[in-house]
Amino acid sequence: MEFFVAQLLTGLANASSLFLVACGLSLIFGVTRIVNFAHGSLYMLGAYVGYSFMQTLPGAVGFWGAILLAGVVVGIIGVLIEVLVLRPVYRAPELFQLVATFGVILVIQDLTLIIWGPEDLLGPRAPGLRGVYRIMGEPIPKYDIVLLAITPFIALALWYLITQTRVGVLVRAATQDREMVGALGVNQAVLFTGVFALGSALAGLGGALQLPKGGADLLMDFHILAPVFVVVVIGGMGSLPGAYLAAVIISVLNVFGVTYLPQSTLVLMFVVMVVVLMIRPYGLFGREEVAGEHGQVGEPELPIKPASTNVRLIVMVGLALLALLPLFGSSFAMVLTTDILIFCLFAASLHFLLGLGGLVSFGHAAYYGGGAYIAALLVTHANSPMELAFILAPLGAGLAALAIGWVCLRLTGVYFAMLTLAFAQLLWSLVFQWGSVTGGDDGLVNIWPSDWLNSTTAFFYFALIFSVGGILVLRHVAHSPFGYALRAARDSKRQAESTGINTQRVQLLAFGFAGLMGGLAGALFVFSKGSVFPNELEIARSFDALIVVFLGGVKTLAGGVAGAAFFKGVEDLLTRFEYWRLVMGLLIIFVVIVAPQGIVGSIRKAAIRMNVLKQGKHS
Amino acid sequence: MLEVDNINSFYGKAHVLRDLTLSVPHGNVIALLGRNGAGKTTTIKSIMQLVRPASGSITFNGQGITALPPHKIAKLGIGYVPEERRIFTDLTVSENLLVGKQPPREGAVTWTEDMLFDLFPNLAERRSNRGKALSGGEQQMLTIARTLMGNPSFILLDEPSEGVAPVIVEQMAKVIQQLKSEGLTVLLSEQNLHFAQAVADLAVIIESGAQVYSGTLKELNSHPEIRDAYLAA
Repeated sequence: MEFFVAQLLTGLANASSLFLVACGLSLIFGVTRIVNFAHGSLYMLGAYVGYSFMQTLPGAVGFWGAILLAGVVVGIIGVLIEVLVLRPVYRAPELFQLVATFGVILVIQDLTLIIWGPEDLLGPRAPGLRGVYRIMGEPIPKYDIVLLAITPFIALALWYLITQTRVGVLVRAATQDREMVGALGVNQAVLFTGVFALGSALAGLGGALQLPKGGADLLMDFHILAPVFVVVVIGGMGSLPGAYLAAVIISVLNVFGVTYLPQSTLVLMFVVMVVVLMIRPYGLFGREEVAGEHGQVGEPELPIKPASTNVRLIVMVGLALLALLPLFGSSFAMVLTTDILIFCLFAASLHFLLGLGGLVSFGHAAYYGGGAYIAALLVTHANSPMELAFILAPLGAGLAALAIGWVCLRLTGVYFAMLTLAFAQLLWSLVFQWGSVTGGDDGLVNIWPSDWLNSTTAFFYFALIFSVGGILVLRHVAHSPFGYALRAARDSKRQAESTGINTQRVQLLAFGFAGLMGGLAGALFVFSKGSVFPNELEIARSFDALIVVFLGGVKTLAGGVAGAAFFKGVEDLLTRFEYWRLVMGLLIIFVVIVAPQGIVGSIRKAAIRMNVLKQGKHS
Repeated sequence: MLEVDNINSFYGKAHVLRDLTLSVPHGNVIALLGRNGAGKTTTIKSIMQLVRPASGSITFNGQGITALPPHKIAKLGIGYVPEERRIFTDLTVSENLLVGKQPPREGAVTWTEDMLFDLFPNLAERRSNRGKALSGGEQQMLTIARTLMGNPSFILLDEPSEGVAPVIVEQMAKVIQQLKSEGLTVLLSEQNLHFAQAVADLAVIIESGAQVYSGTLKELNSHPEIRDAYLAA
């Protein structure tokens, strides 16, 4: 019993930071409709800024003052991000804003590295709160008790702000109908910036408050992201009581998980999320969320067309050059090109789902990494020949995608995206923690292709044939009746249904098909590298694919492939610099603001302007 | 008070308003009449800059407003009551009114919650109810009351009689007459000619986004052929 209470108290104390960060994210989403992926970065900044203030300000006043100041500083940084990065893209399609926040993550990562250096910082203890209280005989750190005690007050203050003040009323009104609030004389720009500042400040506070428990390090941003999204989604997007309850559930569960099921701590959180969403699709306190219901403005989609003769010609020449690469290229060039080809196929499979299906999956790495792991597991544990593993891997990934899609497709919009992310994380946690089978963090090694493919040149051709083949199949399907049905379901689900299309089935098949193609890319990958590690299943890998698809151009068929080729190439160049993330992040933000049609879209626009390409009928 | 001069508005490629010209003199209630799809709502949204006219100008009390964002237009004293009501369904009646609240304005009535509850007694009983719990008629009253909280000197009323019970329509007519007697100028889009006749002094008829008639409602009554050509559905 004593132990149980102690665990519960630790869980509640841990919930404190998680709640602050989550309700900041929730507030921002509620009003601006932006899923701010950079929220973890603001949390990280809060910790670093707080640390620096604690170094200079003395005593207990300095400690608590530093935490408040960290909140203020991060709030101001939030204002800068909102004004410089997000304001120019509010009228862009919702998902473009996501990509802009990815760019912000990269920029903040490198800026933090430049300012504070690579070493983890040990958080200072709170003055006067060293040591423990004995509660029912169990030692509980004093700082935990303080955290546990002040969180309800912060929650109460927020609740008061939101429910009892005019500002709160305006925030809630804007959550429902921003345009109407503007037409009643409220300056939305100020409201948005204010909410973003508040949300950012909360993340900063959360980061600074956990300093004595966890310190500051450069991985904090991604590590907090998954639990924060889980909390927001379980609680219901935009709900403060929901965020609090969910933060408590997740933190307490985590503390008990560490004690009783140490192998499952990471998995547990996502299992809870999946179960909650299955029962309450919009979270414990959430409302139904219809993607784009809040005055999303976007150009109508252009119809896709088969490639023109000119484009075909260019592609043929490009392919011919690729086929001749072994004659003039170095083996490094072949390895790099193989990497690019595989990534192109991966991106094209996501683009199929996203561009044609309108299904924004945040967890596409599950099928890419999944395919790679299926092949690697077959080779390692079943001694399966490479050829068999290579065929079974995409099939397995496709089946997994069908099963996961069957669950996820019950939801739409942000909730769909979050559920796909949760499944990908679930898979990642399984692989990461089930070391005896998957090798855990050490990965699986010695997964080489058969002898006939053992040379760099041979595998290059193998990858070329399967990547280009896969991309052509994806293209072909896009132009088939199935592709038409898929786009119909994207543009108007109801209308598609009333013309006799079973949209649920079409979307499920598309999800499975995209998973199969992602798995094919994964299988190519594992045999090209000879090994696979859990990071092929990570959030970051899913984001990589999302970024290239968006930057290549969601609305153009070639977008995924072009974006992947371009950015894999740029990445190879950039990673030679020390601060490549900064450059990459700025590049992403630049593209989002200046060329929101993506690379292919911008080239097409320029070509139309120069009369090289004929204007589409509806453009 | 309000001058709309040769505006052209589009929804994507659809050309909705074609060189529309319209003048609203101070202190009058003007009925903007026309069939479904004639461009009544677009006219009102264009004045509010919720739809940005591609060309032409709109002036309010001599000041050009065509480039202003909607919130600045509201601050000038133009109140907007949308056709779909667009009340905040998760907010209570009182909170809805609070969203509309603006500082007092010279030359316009300064409304308080209590004054509005006198004007719309049904709302008084429901002040702590959420918007989604209101009936259609109550929602229509709330959307007008919410706009009045901004102390406008001129209001745009988009089809206030649409989809509400006849008894509410009657009440709405009384309210508009009272607002007029307090000096408010009203531009009211309507399909219901009887309702327009009960409240409006002047009528403007638009067809395919252009003005085809302008005059008093009395004159309109003596020209049934105009009525039949542009209004009979």
